[in-house]
Amino acid sequence: MEILFYIAAAVTLLATVRVITHVHAVHALLYLVVALIALALIFYLLGAQFAAALEIIIYGGAIMVLFIFVVMLLGPLAVEQERTWLTPGAWVGPSILALILLGEVGYLIAAGDHTPIVATETRQKGISIALYGPYIIGVELASMLLLPGLIGAYHLGRRHSKEAR
Amino acid sequence: MLSTPALVLSIMLFGLGLIGLLSRRNILYMLLSLEIMLNAAALAFIAGGARWGQVDGEIMFLFILTLAAAEVSVALGIVLQLSHRFRTLDADAFCEMRG
Repeated sequence: MEILFYIAAAVTLLATVRVITHVHAVHALLYLVVALIALALIFYLLGAQFAAALEIIIYGGAIMVLFIFVVMLLGPLAVEQERTWLTPGAWVGPSILALILLGEVGYLIAAGDHTPIVATETRQKGISIALYGPYIIGVELASMLLLPGLIGAYHLGRRHSKEAR
Repeated sequence: MLSTPALVLSIMLFGLGLIGLLSRRNILYMLLSLEIMLNAAALAFIAGGARWGQVDGEIMFLFILTLAAAEVSVALGIVLQLSHRFRTLDADAFCEMRG
């Protein structure tokens, strides 16, 4: 358990350093995805399975897709770099880090240590009860934050597309 | 318990994000560094929740996730606008407000 945590922490730190020191945006995004997945594994080891799933689905999935989409939309700024992005060397580093994480997950499955999963049931229930009990104001505020976010993103994107025409 | 090393890791991640935010001039990388710092804060909350066996840490993580989604959608719209208007992503070029 401990050693898995330290390996995942090392992967996270390594990938994060590569994110902030990289020149090419797509490479940095690849490393950031690996860092997020490693962080999800750390959440799992800390006993927060729900948070780990959300980290992969929303951060590693939705938010990173947004970033990659925008990098692709930047177009003219990136055209001359497109060829260097697509070299096979770009995938080696993130692939190695991701393989380390895959090995850890494989070990977790093979070890078959299901003790935290039994406790998950009551924990999920506790999260739901607390979220719609004492934290109901927070949920309302989150909804009031997301709606202006949606409208703002729509407004900014719409003006941009009209200009392009 | 793993919560103390997790806290140390979150401090290191936050420092890395701060260094990235301060040293990079590309606005896209500044956004990525903000994401790293948000993740470090989320890790600190999860570690605290694991340390005390409470669910509040994970609830705070949910709120951070919501905040990050809203922030990223608006900020990337702004990045698109700026790149269209100034033809660059250099943060120093967007100094119209003299800030």
